[in-house]
Amino acid sequence: MTTLTHLDILEAEGIHIIREAVAELERPVLLFSGGKDSVVMLHLAAKAFWPGRLPFPLLHVDTGHNFPEVLAYRDAVVERLGLRLVVARVQDYIDDGRLLERTDGTRNPLQTQPLLDAIADHRFDAVFGGGRRDEEKARAKERVVSLRDEFGQWDPRNQRPELWNLYNPRHRPGEHVRVFPLSNWTELDVWHYIAREQIDLPGLYYAHDRDVFLRDGMWLAVSEVSPPRPTERVETRRVRYRTVGDMSCTGAVESEASSVEDVLIEVAATRVTERGATRADDRITEAAMEDRKKEGYF
Amino acid sequence: MSASPPRSLVRLATAGSVDDGKSTLVGRLLHDSKSVLTDQLDAVERVSRERGLGHVDLALLTDGLRAEREQGITIDVAYRYFATATRTFILADCPGHVQYTRNTVTGSSTADVLVLLVDARKGGLEQTRRHLAVAALLRVPQVIVAINKIDLVDYDEQRYLAVAGELAGIAADLGLGSLVTLPVSALVGDNIVERSTRTPWYDGPSLLELLENLEVASVEEGFRFGVQLTLRPQSAALDPRHDEYRGYGGIVASGRVRVGDKIVVLPEGVHSRIAGIDLAGASLEESVAGQSVSLRLTDEVDLARGALISSVADAPTPTQDVDAMVCWLAERPLRTSARVLLKHSTRTVQGVVRELRGRLDLDAMAPVATDTLELNDIGRIRLRLAAPILAEDYTTSRTGGAFLLIDPQTGQTLAAGMVRGHQAFGDSFDDSQSWSI
Repeated sequence: MTTLTHLDILEAEGIHIIREAVAELERPVLLFSGGKDSVVMLHLAAKAFWPGRLPFPLLHVDTGHNFPEVLAYRDAVVERLGLRLVVARVQDYIDDGRLLERTDGTRNPLQTQPLLDAIADHRFDAVFGGGRRDEEKARAKERVVSLRDEFGQWDPRNQRPELWNLYNPRHRPGEHVRVFPLSNWTELDVWHYIAREQIDLPGLYYAHDRDVFLRDGMWLAVSEVSPPRPTERVETRRVRYRTVGDMSCTGAVESEASSVEDVLIEVAATRVTERGATRADDRITEAAMEDRKKEGYF
Repeated sequence: MSASPPRSLVRLATAGSVDDGKSTLVGRLLHDSKSVLTDQLDAVERVSRERGLGHVDLALLTDGLRAEREQGITIDVAYRYFATATRTFILADCPGHVQYTRNTVTGSSTADVLVLLVDARKGGLEQTRRHLAVAALLRVPQVIVAINKIDLVDYDEQRYLAVAGELAGIAADLGLGSLVTLPVSALVGDNIVERSTRTPWYDGPSLLELLENLEVASVEEGFRFGVQLTLRPQSAALDPRHDEYRGYGGIVASGRVRVGDKIVVLPEGVHSRIAGIDLAGASLEESVAGQSVSLRLTDEVDLARGALISSVADAPTPTQDVDAMVCWLAERPLRTSARVLLKHSTRTVQGVVRELRGRLDLDAMAPVATDTLELNDIGRIRLRLAAPILAEDYTTSRTGGAFLLIDPQTGQTLAAGMVRGHQAFGDSFDDSQSWSI
C-alpha cells in the first residue's frame, strides 16, 4: 500500500499548482535566480511536464550585484534543460537613468521596475515565484495564486479567497497573477527535498573559505560591489549562504556544513530565520517586505 | 536533532470569536513547539516593550500586515507551519473579526481538523455557533474546541463542564460527528503542549498531543482523476524515445488506482484500462489520493483538460443541473438569473442561477426566504450549466462536491459551492425538513 510522506504531498501539490496555471493561462514564465527555492521550483516544473520540455521560459532579474558563481550555475541549468532565458538587467536602467543607484548601494529594491517591465513587454500572464509563506509575516498572508493589477501591485486587504485546491487565475487584460508552488514549504522542507532528490545547487550554499568582513552583524563577501570600509577588517572565514541575493546585502553564516546532510542538521538546529540571519533588505522596517510586495516585488 | 522528515502532514484551521485569544494560542503553539526562532521572538519582545505591554504579546507573531498590527486585529487568513517529531502541520489561522465566514470557510475547506477557541467566561457565543455550523457545512472531519482563559475562571471544573456541555449540545444540533473539548490557557500555556498541573480534574491529552494523535486516514472513496492537461511532447521530448509518449497529467482527487484497472473517461463514457502510471520518469504500480502523476491508457482516447478518469462501478453521472449550498464571498449580492462561471475539478463551464431557494439562518439553523445573497451569506441555489460537470454529493466526497463560482467579467471568485446531489431540472426538491446542511 502506498503511503505518502509530507514531502510527497508538498511535491504533488506544487506540481498540481504549476500544471493548473499552465493549463489555464497563455504566457507563463518562471522566475529563476539560481537560489535554492527557484531551483526546487524548477525541479517541480520539470517533473510536471515530463517527458516534455518546460512549455515556458525562465526570467531572471539581474541586479548586476549577483554572485558570479550563481550566474554560471544559472546558465549551466538553462543549457542542460534546453530552456529559454529572459534576463532583465537593473544595470541597463541605471545606465540610461531610469533608475538611480541608492545611497546605501543595495540594488534589491531596484528590481521591481525591471521585473514589471519584463512582464509587460513579454505579456507574461502567470509568473511563477519561489516565495514561501514561512519566510516572512507579509508572505504568510499571500495566496498560492495571487492577483497583480496593471501596475503590478499587490492588494493584501482585497485578496481572493482560496478554497480547496481550486485555484482561480482569471484576470483582466494588463493584470497578471503570481503563482507560488512552494507556498506551503518551510526552509527545512526545501533542504529535505534537495537531499531526497539529490538536486545540484550553487556551491556557495555549502561551507567554503571566503574573504569576508563584518557589517551590521553580518558577514559580507569582499567584492567590487561590496568593498569593505577602511574600518572594516577583512578576514578569511569558513562560511556558507542560507539565501542567495545580492552580494551587497546578503550575509554569509559561519558554517562547517559542506554537504546537504550537514546543512540539514544545521538548519534543523538553527534558532534564527534565514531572512533574519542574512538579509539586510528585510531589516529596514517591520513592514519592509509588505511594502515591496505591494509595489510589485517578488 | 533528527534530520529525517516527519511522517505525515496535517492541515489544521483555527477559528474563534473576537478576543478569544486565538492569535495568542497560535503564537503559543508555534513558540512552545519551538517553531519560532529567536530573531522573530526578539522582534515581538521589542514591539511589546515599545507598546508598554507587561507581557510578550504572542499575537504579534501572526499579525503580518501593517494594518493588522496598527489596529490590533487579524484581517486575513494567515498560514503557519510547525512540526513535531512525528508530524508536520499547516495551520490556517482564520480571524474572527471582519469577514469571519469568508475566512472560516476558506480555512475549513482544506482542513483535516478545526480548532475552535471559546472563552471560558463567556461560553458558546453566537459566533461560536456559526463557526461550528461552517465546520459542519464544509465537512471538516474533526473539531476540537479549546475552552480558553481557564486561568481567568480560577481553573474551575464546574465552569468548564458547563461550557463543554453547552457546546456538545450545539454540536449535536448540527449533526457534527466528533467534538473534543479541553480546558486551556493560551496566555499561560496550560494544556497547550504540556499537560497542566493546574487542571487536575482534566486527565485528557494536551492540544498538541491531540493533534499529534489525530486519525487523518482518508475515507475509502472511488477513484477520481481530473485531467489537467495532456502530456504529448512529440519533438519537444527531452529524450527521443519519448516522442510518442501520450499521458494525462493530474492529481488523484480520491481513491486509488493500479496499473491494469478498468476506468471510464467522463463525460464521454469511454471505457479503457490503465496502461501505466508515471511520476516524472518513475513508473508506479499504484497511485493514491494526493499524488500528482501522469496516466497512460491502453486505448487511444481523445481526451483533454476537463475530462474525468474514474473507477467504473461508482462513476458520477454527468449533469447540467446543480442543487448546491453556496457561501457568497463577494461584495456584489447574488440575484436570480446571475450569469457565472463554475469551476469544478478541472472543468470550467458557464452557468446561470435559476433559483435562489433561500438563505441559511446560522442562529436558528433554518432556511429563510430571500431575494439576494449578501457577502458572507450561506444559501441554497439551483444552477443550470452550459455543459455537463461530473459532480458528486459534497457530503460523501469533499473533492467531488466542491466548486467555485467566478465572475465571468472580472474574474473575481464569487462563491464557494457544495453540491447537494443533482437531479434533472424541474424535479421537485425535498423541502419536507430543514435543508440546512
